Amino acid sequence: MPEIKVTPLGAGQDVGRSCILVSIGGKNIMLDCGMHMGYNDDRRFPDFSYITQNGRLTDFLDCLIISHFHLDHCGALPYMSEMVGYDGPIYMTHPTKAICPILLEDFRKITVDKKGETNFFTSQMIKDCMKKVIPLNLHQTVQVDDELEIKAYYAGHVLGAAMVHIKVGSESVVYTGDYNMTPDRHLGAAWIDKCRPDILISESTYATTIRDSKRCRERDFLKKVHESIERGGKVLIPVFALGRAQELCILLETFWERMNLKAPIYFSTGLTEKANHYYKLFITWTNQKIRKTFVQRNMFEFKHIKAFDRSYADNPGPMVVFATPGMLHAGQSLQIFKKWAGNEKNMVIMPGYCVQGTIGHKILNGQRKLEMEGRATLDVKLQVEYMSFSAHADAKGIMQLIRMAEPRNMVLVHGEAVKMEFLKGKIEQEFSIDCYMPANGETVTVTTNPSVPVDISLNLLKREMALGGPLPDPKKPRTMHGTLIMKENSLKLVSSEQALKELGLNEHQLRFTCRVQLQDPHSDPDTLHRIYTHLKSVLKGYTIQHLPDGTVMVESIVIKVSSSAEDPNTKVLLLSWSYQDEDLGSFLSTLLKKGLPSGLC
Amino acid sequence: MKLYCLSGHPTLPCNVLKFKSTTIMLDCGLDTTSVLNFLPLPLVHSSRLSKLPGWVSKDGTVNLEKELKECAGRVFVDSQPEFCLPERELLDLSTIDVILISNYHCMMALPYITEHTGFTGTVYATEPTLQIGRLLMEELVNFMERVPKAQSATCWKNKEIQRMLPGPLKDAVDVWTWKRSYSMQEVNSALSKVQLVGYSQKVELFGAVQISPLSSGYSLGSSNWIIQSHHEKVSYVSGSSLLTTHPQPMDQSSLKNSDVLILTGLTQMPTANPDGMLGEFCSNLAMTIRAGGNVLVPCYSSGVIYDLLECLYQFIESASLGTTPFYFISPVANSSLEFSQIFAEWLCHNKQTKVYLPEPPFPHAELIQTNKLKHYPSIHGDFSSEFRQPCVVFTGHPSLRFGDVVHFMELWGKSSLNTIIFTEPDFSYLDALAPYQPLAMKCVYCPIDTRLNFHQVSKLLKEVQPLHVVCPEQYTQPPLTQAHRSDLMLELQPPPMPYRRCSVLNLPFRRRYERVYILPELANSLVPSEIKPGISVATVSAVLHSKDNKHTLQSVPKPPPVPPSKKRKRVIEEPPVVLAPKPLLSGAVPLEAFLATLQKHGITEVKVEETADGHILHLQAEDTLIQLEEDGTHIVCDNNEPLRKGV
Repeated sequence: MPEIKVTPLGAGQDVGRSCILVSIGGKNIMLDCGMHMGYNDDRRFPDFSYITQNGRLTDFLDCLIISHFHLDHCGALPYMSEMVGYDGPIYMTHPTKAICPILLEDFRKITVDKKGETNFFTSQMIKDCMKKVIPLNLHQTVQVDDELEIKAYYAGHVLGAAMVHIKVGSESVVYTGDYNMTPDRHLGAAWIDKCRPDILISESTYATTIRDSKRCRERDFLKKVHESIERGGKVLIPVFALGRAQELCILLETFWERMNLKAPIYFSTGLTEKANHYYKLFITWTNQKIRKTFVQRNMFEFKHIKAFDRSYADNPGPMVVFATPGMLHAGQSLQIFKKWAGNEKNMVIMPGYCVQGTIGHKILNGQRKLEMEGRATLDVKLQVEYMSFSAHADAKGIMQLIRMAEPRNMVLVHGEAVKMEFLKGKIEQEFSIDCYMPANGETVTVTTNPSVPVDISLNLLKREMALGGPLPDPKKPRTMHGTLIMKENSLKLVSSEQALKELGLNEHQLRFTCRVQLQDPHSDPDTLHRIYTHLKSVLKGYTIQHLPDGTVMVESIVIKVSSSAEDPNTKVLLLSWSYQDEDLGSFLSTLLKKGLPSGLC
Repeated sequence: MKLYCLSGHPTLPCNVLKFKSTTIMLDCGLDTTSVLNFLPLPLVHSSRLSKLPGWVSKDGTVNLEKELKECAGRVFVDSQPEFCLPERELLDLSTIDVILISNYHCMMALPYITEHTGFTGTVYATEPTLQIGRLLMEELVNFMERVPKAQSATCWKNKEIQRMLPGPLKDAVDVWTWKRSYSMQEVNSALSKVQLVGYSQKVELFGAVQISPLSSGYSLGSSNWIIQSHHEKVSYVSGSSLLTTHPQPMDQSSLKNSDVLILTGLTQMPTANPDGMLGEFCSNLAMTIRAGGNVLVPCYSSGVIYDLLECLYQFIESASLGTTPFYFISPVANSSLEFSQIFAEWLCHNKQTKVYLPEPPFPHAELIQTNKLKHYPSIHGDFSSEFRQPCVVFTGHPSLRFGDVVHFMELWGKSSLNTIIFTEPDFSYLDALAPYQPLAMKCVYCPIDTRLNFHQVSKLLKEVQPLHVVCPEQYTQPPLTQAHRSDLMLELQPPPMPYRRCSVLNLPFRRRYERVYILPELANSLVPSEIKPGISVATVSAVLHSKDNKHTLQSVPKPPPVPPSKKRKRVIEEPPVVLAPKPLLSGAVPLEAFLATLQKHGITEVKVEETADGHILHLQAEDTLIQLEEDGTHIVCDNNEPLRKGV
């Protein structure tokens, strides 16, 4: 039986370091190649030695697919391709291909230049790695090789995020990456067609959450920012340069416009300009509304939002600052946070998920004293707010996607074990499909039962369809007979006659003739008629003919009657049938041996 | 399998393919050359046009002064311009399941087909095709609607009268079916039926056929189409290009192994080299500007204009035209320029790489930023106050019958300093200029048509090896004006099947196989036996299920019980219907082996008789006769118990 195997190297019962291996129809595919934000050691990257101890990964992988540009999905890419060694195809969408190297370079700078790590990938490696990337278009069916095909669907999560459908023969797997089932201010909702994959591998970041409506959350967010500004506080919003940042910028920009607010909004520099430019050039990946109006008014040109300079952080008076990165684990957002943490008038709003081990995660869990590098501790007095703006599907969204794709099995990744457990129960109950949640390094094996594609001769098919009538009758299924010819790699189903002709064989007729002696005082034709009536009453649903030449035909079985020479009352029945009718013939001969019912006169 | 040909225009095709159970329309081209028979629609009142004499037949019997005007010896219809639609009588358009669009020039007749015909199907197109197609339609509607003409001329269409008319009007065909432009409402309704597809996306139609668009390299989002089932493949090649311009390169390899290749949209200028024309365009433009004249470039608002602007971007500095203003005037000029920048996925590799930087893929963004190129929705408004001469104006429509271009013709036509440079190949420039004669302005004809030429197409066909080629009849003979150029036609073996407007072709197809799926349960029960090395055979008895054009074979379900018969013994309780598929029997039975087998089963008393065809075996103990012949075995016996073991 064919099997599909799924092994997470990362993101198994965990968020971060997404990297999932799939073996399907003899092909090995790696889905995402991310890093873990919570670690600074070897555990930061997936353990590629699981695939091979020595030797290059190219020999073991048919392709690598990156779902979107977040570092927990692509952060290990140059390490894998250039340092471990992989030369096979790497697929990602155009926006991901554009933005991913910038984030990788950023990540490299922080790690190497600021933290002074050595033995890390270089700028050149990022460039070399990106040369191996083949861009994917939405809905384009890409033939990786003769058997393996992949197709990308819109996932909504961030600009260029995609879900992938991987297909080998009639077996298939869908990997969602991160996705969002509700459209937001700048992106559309994820969508997939009813592709009925054998396995759906879904993220489950918000497995237990059912989020309230977007509008309420937006109102809440604006209210909190507004209140803080009113009392002269400073608001820090740690974000990643691309994605949520743009959505919140659009939100604040319109709010400022409407309320005529004067407090400055800053966006920490570096990526801003560039990021907005990407959105302008990849406008086809944003939502319907922005796409429709972009010629008149481009939503990514902001009036109220200005570039941030480090010195502004000490300016008096209220302000709103967007700063990277989003989990307060390094960089500018962390610097500003340290500056502002001591004042209870200030506020930090965490708009997304924070990985364990980051400062963002700690303060969200209510920690008020933070140990910083060196031995200093930091008292957190400012208000800490959490607003889930990160664009992951919630429990409702995940269920909705299952309904869309109708998978036969479910695998949950990219979430916390406890939450997954809950969702798993819900999925199994509602859809009665198997749901797995493998830990890292644990393999899920699903047996598939694919049907066998065969070429049927059109003659045979047409004949059969014509006989079957326009509408199939479920109560009386017709049995079709044919011969399957297996030659090299082709499977052809043809009628028996054609098969013989094609193979240059003569049919071997095997006929049986059986004598059955019967005591019956009637004349030959009468006996025959009596047999005819008898068979008619026993064998309903068969074609039984009484032919003028003194025979009875049951389907293709011939029955003849002659009187025995010695005794006119002993009739000899000759039954003749071919091998194909063996069962019926055997039945008839046994039936007739028992004689005719005397009641029939 | 049939092909209905609804358009006679080789580059604006409209064909309908009936394939298996589907009806597929391939493109929806609108033949706009008919507008050349009409008088231009001026934006502001033109005394010259209104003073043209009416037409009266020589003997004075037919007087159509109101409908027909004469200009420089040619007669024009004074009415809202009309288009020659695809044939609508050849088949019932409401039976069309899908329409496949190959590029934005080939969809201009869409509203005529999808509206008011009972069409209920889906239109497939790529996103750039849809968006730019919408712009072109919007522009067309706008051109027509902003200068409404009360008069609608119909008398000249009378067969008797048309016969007496001079020149091209007399020979115009199907004039009664010519139609005015559609409305914006019809455009919106038609385009709402479009379903977007990406290159190489596989779309299933009713489970019967699969369609897939391929990059054709001609324009943004332009595609060729593959229509295939599991065993048959039809390729539809429409406007394609092998030149390196802005779109993604043409996908040639996917066209391989086609049973039928429908070939349309070859270059209309087989003798004009696009690169040479581009050079000529630049030098003429610079010459005119230096001499203090203006340059008018009638063009469509999308397509070659992007290449022209890119070429000029490089040329401006070297030709010291840095201060010359370039104007692009069209109701959709801004949209067209903006849209061109956001379709990175559909562009050639060079332009894609620019987007990754991120920079706009087309340099016209920089021309706009530096104020060298300005765009206006029309000559009214801002343009009239900001307009400086000498300048270069890009504007439509290339037929010179409507749009802002009409105004510039009237404005600049009288001065020999000015130049008009034709770059679009769709209209004969002499015909286009006819209603403006006599004309003092210089005319330069630099048609740029990047579509495949005959040399490229024969190389392509050699490579992809289709079994049969279908093409417009125009491609099977040299052009009328160059009858000796046998290199300007398709020469193939077997010869291509030509079509013309209203042809119905039977495509040479032999469908022999269809795909069925054997369910795993049944597949497991099959017993294959190898009869020749590498060839195995198994007989299959199964129930055929056909649903949505997909066929599956299932195991025969437990048959309904045979009518109960009290007298039947236990042994034969099993219903006498075929349960296990019988192996197919073939070949002759070798006597020696057969005897040995019989012996194994304890049958030793065998009397063998030689006959003409084989042998007769008499199994005396069992009172059974077995006739062995070349192609048959006949077993005669009283009790058939040992029989099955026999063979």
